[in-house]
Amino acid sequence: MFPLVKLLPVEPNIDFMKWARLAFIASSVAMLVSIVAVFTLGLNFGIDFKGGTLIEIRTQGPADIAALRKKIGALKLGSFELQEFGNPRDVLIRVESTGDEQAQQEVVRKVKKALGPGVEYRRVEVVGPKVSGELARDGVIAVLMALAGVMLYIWFRFEWQFAVGAVAALVHDVTITIGIFAFTRLEFNLSIIAALLTIVGYSLNDTVVVYDRVRENMRKFKKTPLPQVINKSINQMLSRTILTSVSTLVALISLYVLGGEVLRGFTFTMIWGVIIGTYSSIVIAAPLLIWLNARLVDTEEPREGAKVHP
Amino acid sequence: MFRITWLKTLFILGAVLLGALFALPNVLPPHVRDSLHALLPDKPIVLGLDLQGGSHLVWEVDKEDLRKNLVNQLKGDVRLRLWTERKIRHRITVNKDGSLTVTITDPNKVEEAAKALKELAQPVQVGLFGAGGSAPEVEVRREGNTFILRYTEAGIENRVKSAVEQAIEVIRRRLDELGMTEATIQQQGFDRIIVQAPGVKDPDMLKQAVGQTARLTFQLLCDVQPTGAQGERPPPGCVALPDEKDPNRIYWVKTSRRATVEGADLVDAQPSFDGQTGEPVVTFRFNQKGALKFARLTQANVGKPFAIILDGKVVSAPVIQTPILGGTGQISGRFTVEETRVMSAVLRSGALPAKLVVVEERTVGPSLGSDSIRAGITASVVALVGVLIFMVLFYGVFGVIADIALIANLVMLLGILTAFQATLTLPGIAGIVLTLGMAVDSNVLVYERVREEYRAGRSAINALEVGFSRAFGTILDANITTFIAAVVLYGLGSGPVRGFAVTLGVGIITTVFTAYTLTRFLVALWVWKKRPKTLPIASEAKA
Repeated sequence: MFPLVKLLPVEPNIDFMKWARLAFIASSVAMLVSIVAVFTLGLNFGIDFKGGTLIEIRTQGPADIAALRKKIGALKLGSFELQEFGNPRDVLIRVESTGDEQAQQEVVRKVKKALGPGVEYRRVEVVGPKVSGELARDGVIAVLMALAGVMLYIWFRFEWQFAVGAVAALVHDVTITIGIFAFTRLEFNLSIIAALLTIVGYSLNDTVVVYDRVRENMRKFKKTPLPQVINKSINQMLSRTILTSVSTLVALISLYVLGGEVLRGFTFTMIWGVIIGTYSSIVIAAPLLIWLNARLVDTEEPREGAKVHP
Repeated sequence: MFRITWLKTLFILGAVLLGALFALPNVLPPHVRDSLHALLPDKPIVLGLDLQGGSHLVWEVDKEDLRKNLVNQLKGDVRLRLWTERKIRHRITVNKDGSLTVTITDPNKVEEAAKALKELAQPVQVGLFGAGGSAPEVEVRREGNTFILRYTEAGIENRVKSAVEQAIEVIRRRLDELGMTEATIQQQGFDRIIVQAPGVKDPDMLKQAVGQTARLTFQLLCDVQPTGAQGERPPPGCVALPDEKDPNRIYWVKTSRRATVEGADLVDAQPSFDGQTGEPVVTFRFNQKGALKFARLTQANVGKPFAIILDGKVVSAPVIQTPILGGTGQISGRFTVEETRVMSAVLRSGALPAKLVVVEERTVGPSLGSDSIRAGITASVVALVGVLIFMVLFYGVFGVIADIALIANLVMLLGILTAFQATLTLPGIAGIVLTLGMAVDSNVLVYERVREEYRAGRSAINALEVGFSRAFGTILDANITTFIAAVVLYGLGSGPVRGFAVTLGVGIITTVFTAYTLTRFLVALWVWKKRPKTLPIASEAKA
């Protein structure tokens, strides 16, 4: 039994290609649904992207949310939200941005006055409409730049088909993750963009590892048809993929449970990202190579059977 | 490849020890830290505002307000030049686009007016370090007997630039007054200022201090000055004000409106040198209203001292040498160049050129900060223990090797972050935890490859050798892609997110380093000791 890795077969010989078609359909549907959801339901943007005020307070006893709601409602600040945050004493107050920067400064003052003494202000964040617009733009640019950067790198290291396949898998991961945010109404803020970029990094890590093996096997088994080469490669890398994902999940789940409320959205996204990233590199990125008809343009070694005629 | 050389061993152990040395101050209590030998690194890691509590504020120069002020100033300047100095009758209208239409109603003096208005078109430097040459600050267009004056884009840009410089000077001064010497102030982009003030619970004080304009006045000194005797009182119509640098030095200053010129009428102040003596001086310029008042005040009081007062403190008390009629003058007083620079900034700050607007504010209270640290540490420790156990369960002795490498990796990561005094934020801690989980990937890649090679029929030692060398390319490729994401993240970075990118990026470097050196070294050590014939991680389903 010990060590447990003995139980993991080195090459389990699962026919992934059989599932690839099904996975393609499922993933395409999920992506489509995600895109529709983002456009119809929209995302629950945090103040980073929407502008507004966020105040985290700690009351002396368990917070009376109804009373707090009444007090803040009386200020007529426009639309606002109250939410218990991690424990009964902590409350998150979100006030939507209504006016310019000056008006927002008033919001914090008014809320503080209305709540009176005896309330501890753990966090106050005010993002003006100008800054939030810039943050949103920068976030989109960052994700696109990351995609372009890795595409270039893979193109440089492999062939263009690998670059396209990897980026398609990343677009898949990012789209579905954003889709989840549309459905769950979880707050979408700057740290989620950071998580998305990390997912890009992680998922790619997985994809590259599989691709690396695909390339190696393509060189080794030149006569074998591509689907079989790819299937063999996935099988060979399966135990690694599982072990690394589990170890990463162990760390992330610890962070999710113990890392505090502030990080929860971020960690949730990461956990989801590890799962979908692993899935996509196995059944999306690798099989895509077949569609793209990946071939190696190797100059290093002469192809089998190549002869020079005088 | 599994030869163990002394040089390599020393290098690997040295790197890990160096990391440990720099990481050490983080776990030592402060009094032990202070008693360390001077040569040892004694600085712990810098905590971000989200962990130690504090306020992050971003101000922006209100450009609309600046434009409005500039137009008013230009109007005043035109009046001063045409009417006050030359008695040329004219009419000024302010246009919607911020330009001025000046109509000369005195047909005989149009040429003279043209000459006077041309003086307003002072050139300013354009582009970075004046690389774009110079362009006029104000554009003057003539149409018969009317003139259209307008600030050029270069002119406005120039004013925004100096407004930001000025505002930074004001903020620095204010923060010093409030005793917030730990606060950092920096310019962001073109027209923004970031202030990071650790330990500030209530940023309102900060906002007020920065938002309010410094009050600058020029006031005549009283005829009698304190002698330092006990129980002295200023004569009627006078008030006692302390010297800015030396609070024990008291001036008696006249308070009447007639003896006072408001600094709000000051348009500009610059460090400069006296044309004749070459000593450092501060030159200043008033608007029309201020110029008139200042002319009257100085004309009537030649030879007497007057005080330059900023926020109730006497900055300097020079003697009026000659009447100052044109609204410009200079302050001399055996200043150093540095002093004239600071003073002109202070003078300019007396008349903040435009409103500053808070565009972003993030304040974290100390309780949330310490909660976050505690949660972060707990999560990191549990994650570490979890991954350590996981690796031992799955790989046995090879898991122990991976665990040693992981711990060394963490120590070096912490050491590098501390040595470079990078700021650790809560997302930064998340980055460390993520590194923890992902770092073992390099070990897993190697071990799985070794298993394959062994299964393919290689001997144990040979499988290990080949496994290492073949997995390394994959490790590098896999990590570089994550590194690219981290670099992009750093570029996007604002504060906390940047902290995440830094730990993730540094974590990748230490991961690749330990995989390539330490893990291999430890495995080599194991091989050397055990001379294994079989591998403990070989699949039982061996073909």
